[in-house]
Amino acid sequence: MTLPASLSRDGDVRHHLLSVLVENKAGVLARVAGLFSRRGFNIFSLAVAPTDDDRFSRITVVVDVESAPLEQVIQQLDKLINVVSISQLAPDEAVERELLLATVAVDAARREEVGAQVEAFGGEVLDVGDGELTVMLAERPETVDEFERLLADCRIVELQRTGRVALPKLGHSGGA
Amino acid sequence: MKLTGAQALIKSLETQGVEVMFGLPGGAILPVYDPILDSSIRHVLVRHEQGAGHMAEGYAMVTGRAGVAIVTSGPGATNVVTPLSNAYMDSTPLVVISGQVATSSIGTDAFQECDITGVTMGITKHNWLIKRAEDIPRTVAAAFHVATTGRPGPVLIDIPKDIANSQMEWYWPESEADLDLPGYHPRTTGDPAAIAAAAELMLAAERPVLYVGGGVLKSRGSAALLELAERTGFPVVTTLMARGAFPDSHPLCLGMPGMHGNYTAVTSMQRADLLVALGSRFDDRVTGKIDAFAPGAKVIHADIDPAEIGKVRVPEVGIVGDCRLVIEELLTALEALGLGHDRRGAAVEAGSTGRAATLAAGRPSLEGWWAQVGDWQREFPLYYDTDDEAAVKPQMVVESLRDLSPADTIVVSGVGQHQMWASQYWRFDYPYTWVNSGGAGTMGFAVPAAVGAKVGRPDKTVWAIDGDGCFQMTAQELVTASAEKIPIKIAILNNAYLGMVRQWQEMFYAERYSEVYLSPDLPDYVKWAEAMGCVGIRAETPEEVAPAIEKANSIDDRPVVVDFRTDAFEKVFPMVPAGGSNDAIVVHPDQAGARVAR
Repeated sequence: MTLPASLSRDGDVRHHLLSVLVENKAGVLARVAGLFSRRGFNIFSLAVAPTDDDRFSRITVVVDVESAPLEQVIQQLDKLINVVSISQLAPDEAVERELLLATVAVDAARREEVGAQVEAFGGEVLDVGDGELTVMLAERPETVDEFERLLADCRIVELQRTGRVALPKLGHSGGA
Repeated sequence: MKLTGAQALIKSLETQGVEVMFGLPGGAILPVYDPILDSSIRHVLVRHEQGAGHMAEGYAMVTGRAGVAIVTSGPGATNVVTPLSNAYMDSTPLVVISGQVATSSIGTDAFQECDITGVTMGITKHNWLIKRAEDIPRTVAAAFHVATTGRPGPVLIDIPKDIANSQMEWYWPESEADLDLPGYHPRTTGDPAAIAAAAELMLAAERPVLYVGGGVLKSRGSAALLELAERTGFPVVTTLMARGAFPDSHPLCLGMPGMHGNYTAVTSMQRADLLVALGSRFDDRVTGKIDAFAPGAKVIHADIDPAEIGKVRVPEVGIVGDCRLVIEELLTALEALGLGHDRRGAAVEAGSTGRAATLAAGRPSLEGWWAQVGDWQREFPLYYDTDDEAAVKPQMVVESLRDLSPADTIVVSGVGQHQMWASQYWRFDYPYTWVNSGGAGTMGFAVPAAVGAKVGRPDKTVWAIDGDGCFQMTAQELVTASAEKIPIKIAILNNAYLGMVRQWQEMFYAERYSEVYLSPDLPDYVKWAEAMGCVGIRAETPEEVAPAIEKANSIDDRPVVVDFRTDAFEKVFPMVPAGGSNDAIVVHPDQAGARVAR
């Protein structure tokens, strides 16, 4: 069967987005992560937080793997007692967001120009220091990719992305 | 009713219906051992925790109930890791209780602390670290539920010492809904559309084989399988984990497939146009080189574990469900397509109309297939060389054990040549009479597993057929057997070698024998047996074999060990070299020679 492929920052179709509803209990993340590592699959990004029902958490994971072994890993994942459900999300069937925080070195002369560019992306300047700015963007992952390339024009002091979170688009079923 | 966590744990096991547990106490599990004194549950005190785990496995494999082992923290818990891994590979229901250091000490490298839930995460179906005494009854009930339903497997409950000592108000979960398992819903019945598609494929097959695995035994599906085989007239192969699921003496049975399987079982799968895989998992020891396995066969694959469907071989029809239920559903579907049966059990193809009647009536004859199968059976039966009349052939020992012991004897084996000879030369006509380590290949499994099997079925004769290498790994559990009056019998096929490794070195490493010689006399197995409270017997010539077995069978008040001095040069045939195609099956040189001569 064919799996929906989610585009990564490199546009690599080997990246797949899984949304995994799990019990909110100690050790569950280790069980999920262990399943991937035991089969030699690299987790590209991972985001975990409780859902509106605090008995459950949602893990959004982007894995770097061919489709056939992914199907097997999903089946194995589903065998974990703490995993309640798994959805595979294709890019056109999901709304995705990712948050980026970056501190960039900006001299006073360029500060205004950079601030304007951040605003044009819908981002925010969160903090201003001596020759440095900390900026934030929460957007679609591809937009975050573009934003990151833009920031690379300045010297990036530190950068942190959260990994993507996603929900199925309304009117579509989520796969799996 | 207020109880301590320890009391609640034992009461939970009693409420769950546990009749026996195998274990060894220690510091962190001490509180739990106190209420054992007042419990109805029998406790078998082992000499090493690995023994406790394998005993629980042997018990589970012959009874179908979860085996229970109880150990302390740290090394006690790590000693049971091998049995957990073994049970995970062979889908054996096991509940292991381990002690843990007090919650306040977890993570401090306390004495005998080990993160056993972390260690066993990948080799248990699930495990629990209990953090509140009030969780104990629910967790125990959930543990048994998880271990014994769906695809069975081992689970572990880790209980910190302070939790065992703290107080709780007793309760018992009323129903499955109280077990707090929102992500666990095993599917047991097959998808009707898949069942119908499978039945149609079966009626179209010209060269079918029923490829039966351990799932048929786990699902108590032997009777249903017998009906399916007789109704369809399909040949049956039983994998190493399924020996006894279908009677070896039945004319439809072709025996065991795989690396050391019967020539006919292996070759019929290679030439089949349909494999009906029932609770089997296309293990590499069965398929050989996967790309060359059964190249012309369509596959129907039924298994209770969805992850097995398509894991190794993508089937034409995959059916997720309990094997017994799926077989029964297939029988119903076949009947609907016109393949019923009369009262004598003989297959009749009548009684339907329209397309259904056409399918059954137009069904290809299997006569040509059976003629081919019969030729293979005549040309390549199981064979060993009997020219040397002075040598005790290990195959002859197994045949003598088989012929001189009750037909429903439970046979237990370790891992290696003796295991393959036991599987090949015994005649398994009853389910749950074969106990061995399949997937994990755990040497040393036999002695403790035999103890557990005998505890589970004290009415039956239990023979362990063991190798000298395996025996030395876990023989101390014969002390347990003597002390607990568990009269098992051990046949050591003593060839003074790690025989299977020796065989590979002979065949694939230019006879360069590296670290495989063990000596036939060191240890002295008879003296060792006697020192452990057993009767020790030695058989050094073919003439001594039958009297030794008869003497062993006459003793029922203590364990017996028979040291059979077998031919060290004997190899297991047939053999598919590792990684090779099953078409490259190597038969005994005498048979290969006869074929060339023709």
